[in-house]
Amino acid sequence: MIVSKKVPVREQDPKVRATNFDEVCLGYSKEEAMQEAERCLNCKNPKCVSGCPVSIDIPGFIQEVKNGNIEQASKIIGEASALPAVCGRVCPQESQCEGKCIVGIKNEPVSIGKLERFVADWARENNIKPERPAKTNGHKVAVIGSGPSGLTCAGDLAKMGYEVTIFEALHEPGGVLVYGIPEFRLPKAGVVAPEIDNVKALGVEIETDVVIGKSITIDELLEEEGFEAVFIGSGAGLPMFMGIPGENANGVFSANEYLTRNNLMKAFDSKYATPIITGKKVAVVGGGNVAMDAARTALRLGAEVHVVYRRSESELPARVEEVHHAKEEGVIFDLLTNPVEILVDDNGWVKGMKCIRMELGEPDESGRRRPVEIAGSEFELELDTVIMSLGTSPNPLISSTTKGLDVNKRKCIIADETLGKTSKEGVYAGGDAVTGAATVILAMGAGRAGAKGIHEFLSSK
Amino acid sequence: MFEIVNARELTNNIYLMDVKAPRVAKSCEPGQFVIVIMDETGERVPLTICDYDRKAGTVTIVFQTIGASTQMMAKLKKGDSFKDFVGPLGCASELIEEDIESLKNKKILFVAGGVGTAPVYPQVKWLKEHGIDADVIVGAKTKDMLILEDEMRKAAGNLYITTDDGSYERKGMVTEVIKDLVQNQGIKYDCCIAIGPMIMMKFVCLLTKELDLPTIVSLNPIMVDGTGMCGACRVTVGDEVKFACVDGPEFDGHLVNFDEAMKRQQMYKSEEGREILKLQEGDTHHGGCGHCGGEK
Ligand SMILES: Cc1cc2nc3c(=O)[nH]c(=O)nc-3n(C[C@H](O)[C@H](O)[C@H](O)COP(=O)(O)OP(=O)(O)OC[C@H]3O[C@@H](n4cnc5c(N)ncnc54)[C@H](O)[C@@H]3O)c2cc1C
Ligand SMILES: Cc1cc2nc3c(=O)[nH]c(=O)nc-3n(C[C@H](O)[C@H](O)[C@H](O)COP(=O)(O)OP(=O)(O)OC[C@H]3O[C@@H](n4cnc5c(N)ncnc54)[C@H](O)[C@@H]3O)c2cc1C
Ligand code: SF4
Ligand code: SF4
Ligand code: FES
Repeated sequence: MIVSKKVPVREQDPKVRATNFDEVCLGYSKEEAMQEAERCLNCKNPKCVSGCPVSIDIPGFIQEVKNGNIEQASKIIGEASALPAVCGRVCPQESQCEGKCIVGIKNEPVSIGKLERFVADWARENNIKPERPAKTNGHKVAVIGSGPSGLTCAGDLAKMGYEVTIFEALHEPGGVLVYGIPEFRLPKAGVVAPEIDNVKALGVEIETDVVIGKSITIDELLEEEGFEAVFIGSGAGLPMFMGIPGENANGVFSANEYLTRNNLMKAFDSKYATPIITGKKVAVVGGGNVAMDAARTALRLGAEVHVVYRRSESELPARVEEVHHAKEEGVIFDLLTNPVEILVDDNGWVKGMKCIRMELGEPDESGRRRPVEIAGSEFELELDTVIMSLGTSPNPLISSTTKGLDVNKRKCIIADETLGKTSKEGVYAGGDAVTGAATVILAMGAGRAGAKGIHEFLSSK
Repeated sequence: MFEIVNARELTNNIYLMDVKAPRVAKSCEPGQFVIVIMDETGERVPLTICDYDRKAGTVTIVFQTIGASTQMMAKLKKGDSFKDFVGPLGCASELIEEDIESLKNKKILFVAGGVGTAPVYPQVKWLKEHGIDADVIVGAKTKDMLILEDEMRKAAGNLYITTDDGSYERKGMVTEVIKDLVQNQGIKYDCCIAIGPMIMMKFVCLLTKELDLPTIVSLNPIMVDGTGMCGACRVTVGDEVKFACVDGPEFDGHLVNFDEAMKRQQMYKSEEGREILKLQEGDTHHGGCGHCGGEK
């Protein structure tokens, strides 16, 4: 008989955590993890694995957890994933591994994400580190961007013996893991930094403060600096705005700005010089992970927060856990609502937002029911801050400065899925720069594919 | 770490530093900027590239102390380092993209206000190196606030200096000088490049629009990353919203919505920052516009 529910995971009390930036979820203890592992049926034909973009041997590692052999479990995960402590925390498990788990048909699925997180945290706490290859093969590869795709690609290449340098535009490596996803979901010093250190421990050099396309171009890296191949993992960082009146008023921010100020630049910590406008009443426009992160950040900085989203709850693209946490913490959801104008006071500051009510019509290309305006239903929300979280697209900085690198009409770099090959010889790409904004695990998988592609390319030369 | 190989105070509260940053020095062009971070807890501060030495691998910055970050930066000495120094950012000045021969047939006027003299200098110098003499107007509050005079004298064709209080050379605002050159002396300029406080650029643009003189300005909105990732730097130019850090910082001044840009620049102003800006804008009023009629 299977226990019908997951072993509950300990979390910070919603009232307490709404006022701090410490991690919300406290994770399993070894006993809890072993108990949860008992729920896995060790399927012969494990559906869960097909739901994981990097095909972690899920039953394999869970069996080791069941036996209490965590080090072995961590090795099994390590064969497929370079960032398990991150993915265990931020993967949308409900639509990936856990969404396919057989136990989930009648009961709650096995808590694969939390188990993975436990194993990765345990390995870190017990100092299990990847081994540095004894000798390099003398071939130099450049990786652009230090997000999940770049880190994974660099790590894989280093393991194969390549001399890898990562070039990062910002002053800290980590990409969205550092500037976007907040501390309370993904601790920087505790979880992200050690994952980056692991990559460095493999011999990878990280040079920050280098903007490829500005400080140096890809062609120069190849022709002047002796790199034989390049992987582009530059993400999709360009924020979109709605184009409605009042959007340039003081107090309107992109989620990227708001989150960067708080995460990368640590505005929440008074030791840091970064200013941030906290606002008393904040609207976050959008319904993805980014919107949830911005909303919960504003809440922690002391604001009353409304998430304004034009579809209904079931269409919210954010992870279920984030929506649940946001609600518990007191974020208010104004669903089926769309902004039409930002109202501005005489000094140029936001004073409110005019919105219109929506209803769901026929499904659109994405299969989700299309929101349509209800005529005459306009109303005003009184606000002092608006955070736009409408999605991002790849920055054209690299594509526009690299000869012969093809992009599609959304400015995404065109690259093949299995090897990351682009239209330019020796140049590979993957992650959000290729797909547009997606997920950590997909970016990681693409980094892995790129490493494979580069290895094939350089070994056949 | 990026070592400061030379640091000096040019005048009261305006500092010049040469910083070792070989990658930036190698690839930068006039019109571009850098972002510097002092230390672990510091902000990302954007500063225009004022000069560079490709051989020595150094980049020159000139900054005025405004609020906490720039005041702390002013304390750095030769031998100290910036934690971060990233660039070059933004687009190079349009001038250097143009064909040299067609540039040689153009009469170019630069208008620099206050610390804006620093970013004007490399462009004037670049033209000089390519055999082109440009006219330059420099406005300062008072004689003591004037910077880079000797350097500018060497690089410029005609240099017109004006001070608010008349303590040096001409007395009055930069717009007065433009009027004098164009209307009284009948000089026909093909383009004008104005860099200085927003308020100065605004009034220069109002005037040059009347004079039908195409004008480029260099905007300095609030920035975070400087790579197009945050949108903090957005400005309205004509009907479009542009990100100054990647689409600029130079724009067609006749299309820029300066009132919006000035409001946005106030967003995070510290109290002391506001004070200094008031002072600065006050002085460019007297040193600059002739239209505004107030210390608002
Ligand atoms: C707020 C937020 C929350 C999210 N939450 C989740 C979640 O819960 N679960 C999930 O799976 N996914 C989530 N995502 C999406 C996920 O983070 C991304 O899909 C993933 O990080 C993409 O990885 P990447 O390596 O392709 O790019 P990024 O992580 O974006 O990294 C790209 C890096 O390249 C650098 N770079 C860019 N241009 C240049 C250049 N010209 N030169 C040098 N360096 C450059 C950037 O500075 C950056 O560091 C979230 C995203 C955001 C913004
Ligand atoms: C492209 C660009 C080029 C620049 N070039 C120069 C230069 O060559 N020399 C120079 O002296 N200054 C220059 N500035 C302005 C300089 O960045 C600001 O003076 C500085 O950021 C003020 O910081 P503070 O903490 O000392 O002042 P505070 O007033 O305390 O700043 C508070 C906040 O406002 C922001 N801020 C304040 N004023 C400005 C401003 N004018 N522009 C952008 N952000 C601002 C700061 O980043 C900070 O977050 C430039 C700005 C930009 C965007
Ligand atoms: S990496 Fe993500 S999808 Fe794969 S098993 Fe782990 S949590 Fe599930
Ligand atoms: S599908 Fe579920 S029960 Fe089966 S192996 Fe995967 S996690 Fe275990
Ligand atoms: S400074 Fe962030 S987009 Fe321009």
